[in-house]
Amino acid sequence: GTATMSRPEHLAPPELFYDSVEARKYTANTRMIEIQQQLTQRCIELLNLPEDQTCFLLDIGCGSGLSGDELSELGHVWVGMDISRDMLDVASEREVEGDLFHQDMGQGVGFRPGTFDGVISVSALQWLCNADKRSHNPRKRLHRFFSSLYACMSHGARAVFQFYPESPDQMELVTTFALKAGFTGGIVIDYPNSTRAKKVFLCLFAGTVGTLPSGKSEHADEAHARFVEARRDRRHGKKRVSVKSREWILAKKERKRRQENGGAVRPDTKYTGRKRPSRF
Amino acid sequence: RSCRPRMMRLLTHNMLTSHVKGVKNGYPLILRVGELVVQEVEFNPDFIVRMLPRLDWPALVQTANSIGRPEIPAIPATVPEQPESNEEFLRAAHTLLLEVHIKEGEMECPESHKVFPIRNGIPNMLLEEEES
Repeated sequence: GTATMSRPEHLAPPELFYDSVEARKYTANTRMIEIQQQLTQRCIELLNLPEDQTCFLLDIGCGSGLSGDELSELGHVWVGMDISRDMLDVASEREVEGDLFHQDMGQGVGFRPGTFDGVISVSALQWLCNADKRSHNPRKRLHRFFSSLYACMSHGARAVFQFYPESPDQMELVTTFALKAGFTGGIVIDYPNSTRAKKVFLCLFAGTVGTLPSGKSEHADEAHARFVEARRDRRHGKKRVSVKSREWILAKKERKRRQENGGAVRPDTKYTGRKRPSRF
Repeated sequence: RSCRPRMMRLLTHNMLTSHVKGVKNGYPLILRVGELVVQEVEFNPDFIVRMLPRLDWPALVQTANSIGRPEIPAIPATVPEQPESNEEFLRAAHTLLLEVHIKEGEMECPESHKVFPIRNGIPNMLLEEEES
């Protein structure tokens, strides 16, 4: 699914939310298709597959197969799974080239060890944090999902999940369970300063210690796994910059300039953030 | 581009194991075929060669024999030496692994006997709560 103002995962479980009407949007709405394609292309970039080689890939939450089309375009062979049969039926009608499975990621995946050269997932992982049924335990489902996924990836393969975390806690929860399952890696954020362009990716390495790729940013040094940095700060008890200090105001003005082309933001001077003298 | 939708292929079936909770020996899933179709797929010998070490060849032979249809090409009981230079073998493997599509049928977990139905080429792998 694509991000909407109200979070779709709060409305209904995925197999009900992605009904035939919703599924249809993914073939008719060019804006949605475009977003899906861009997200997939970035996931593929982060996968860092060997060049000029046909790979065997898994697409989790493949939906109507828009992401799969991008994989086919590059000559890869893929298997897709989704919990919505309606979405899969649309994929089937669209004559996608991958094998399709009707499956719930929270119940685990079953493939032989070393099956996949890579795994991608576009806008699906946040659904796993929901408890749609009374029997659902998100922690148990996350554990089962990540441990079964780890088991079927080939040595050195990557799994890249673009997702819409609801909160920093949810981002940490997901990352924790992935690392517990044996993966290394973490969160990569593209355009962290832009509300619109910001995109979150969980990049995981199976059986290897890789270097986390950098997120995209207009300012190259800012996008490096900000989540991990934030955690470290908290652990070491680093003092938070107080609101309305000069430092905070300068940073906020800088952010605003980037977002709005700086038109309405006053220039920085020696008076910026300076304490007013007390009159009395 | 393909001219008809893809359905479950034997390459994928060979990689599948049972994900039913507590199952120790869930491989291979017993495949019963109702309807199968053969669809032409571009021959990519490099991909076949790369997949060979990941396959369980005896399981593939066993599955192919159990289907027992004229569309199924004959394959040797073991992978021949230097398969990369054996085009006849690679073509047969290609047809079996990537061109035979299972449209209707079912798969059964050999240990728990959970049945996964295949409808219009898409296997239903959903588990009951007590199985997951």
